[in-house]
Amino acid sequence: MSSDRSFRVFKIEEGTVIDHIPSPLGLFVLDILGHKNEGIISIGLNFDSRQVGKKDLIKFEHKVIRKEETDKIALVAPQATINIIKEGKVVEKRDIDVPDSIEGFLTCMNPNCITNQEKVKTAFDVIDKEKVKVKCRYCERVWEVKPNMIEKDGR
Amino acid sequence: MGLDFKGRSFISLNDMDKEELLYLMEKSAEVKAGKHKGFLKEKTVATLFFEPSTRTRLSFETAVLQQGGNVFGFSSSASSSVQKGESLTDTIKTITGYCDAIVMRHKIEGAARRASQAATVPVINAGDGANQHPTQTFLDIFTMLEKKGSLDGKTIGLMGDLKYGRTTHSLLIALSFFKVKLVFISPEELKMPEHYTDFLKTKKIDFEERDLLDQTATALDFLYCTRIQKERFFDPMEYERVKGSYILDRESISLLGESTYIMHPLPRVDEISEDVDDDQRAIYFEQAHNGVPVRQALLGLVLGTIK
Repeated sequence: MSSDRSFRVFKIEEGTVIDHIPSPLGLFVLDILGHKNEGIISIGLNFDSRQVGKKDLIKFEHKVIRKEETDKIALVAPQATINIIKEGKVVEKRDIDVPDSIEGFLTCMNPNCITNQEKVKTAFDVIDKEKVKVKCRYCERVWEVKPNMIEKDGR
Repeated sequence: MGLDFKGRSFISLNDMDKEELLYLMEKSAEVKAGKHKGFLKEKTVATLFFEPSTRTRLSFETAVLQQGGNVFGFSSSASSSVQKGESLTDTIKTITGYCDAIVMRHKIEGAARRASQAATVPVINAGDGANQHPTQTFLDIFTMLEKKGSLDGKTIGLMGDLKYGRTTHSLLIALSFFKVKLVFISPEELKMPEHYTDFLKTKKIDFEERDLLDQTATALDFLYCTRIQKERFFDPMEYERVKGSYILDRESISLLGESTYIMHPLPRVDEISEDVDDDQRAIYFEQAHNGVPVRQALLGLVLGTIK
């Protein structure tokens, strides 16, 4: 089974593998991370997975993605796993941690919030890591993070 | 040893703890008793009311003038450069150079927080949309402490629009510093939002929810009323049906205890009838007047002129 899969998604020698992304969030995770135009990226969608049912995976060749960036995935796919590969071997198995605060990456859903009225970088404090609930530091509204709050392309 | 508030902005009750609130209350009582005089002399305070307000603006301006300070500002965004398309950030960055403190009200939520980042002087939030109005809460708590000495063990009823009313939301945070019991009295449509009741649960504050003012009101130490606005109802018929249930008049105040004080952030429209004003338990005008010493104390503390 695993050898069969290696033909479907090429093994990489160097780079970052993001696995166990619950389908259909793979392309969305790629959107969040950005780097779409940098180097070779292999994407696998809808593989069977014992952990998450159907899963997606993304492999970035020759690109080590920083932890601050991979932590962004926590907001939509906290179950995903991150492996950093060097010389064909996993050199780092990285956890995804829900950060304590998030700046400039989520949009506040309150249309009357200053961040939606003037050019102000958004800022949220995470008040519930399990349900991923955040509180806007400006209008103080509490939101459960939904994909439509996430600014894409790693902006 | 006092706390140091010098240079600090006051934007939200969420930035404060009990010790700081009680310190501010202590200083407010000293100011009201006349212990500090003329402490805003040679200080200039800008009152920037991007959204109109009579009570809060006049209370702040009176507070400054009585202590020998100067005020300037505007009372609506129509008379400010916002009308020309200037951003809030630019307005604040300019005005911060003309004054020692900024008091501002804005209809946009989070505007005061943003202003405090752009300003080099302390910013006091005098209301940001439906979010916070901390100085209203300070004067509410001051009035409660003045009447009952302490809030521990007291029962406080909040009645009316508990869903949208920012005063009750700020007040709830301040009350959670004490061992109080809260009673929420509102129509189903205007109940206290769940994230506030969840907050009370985490703070282990005892509360109950009722849809009418009833015999249990006799146990209240305070009944804090707020206005129910017609525009909050999807169905105008529903508004007509419920509004009468939350009006205080001579008949309904007979449900209150002998020492249940009646409070209201004002302005009232018809939720408290005028014939209640003479009742010794009605303290809403006294409450409004307390805004002056409380705001004076706050300004004195952030400007470092009282300690």
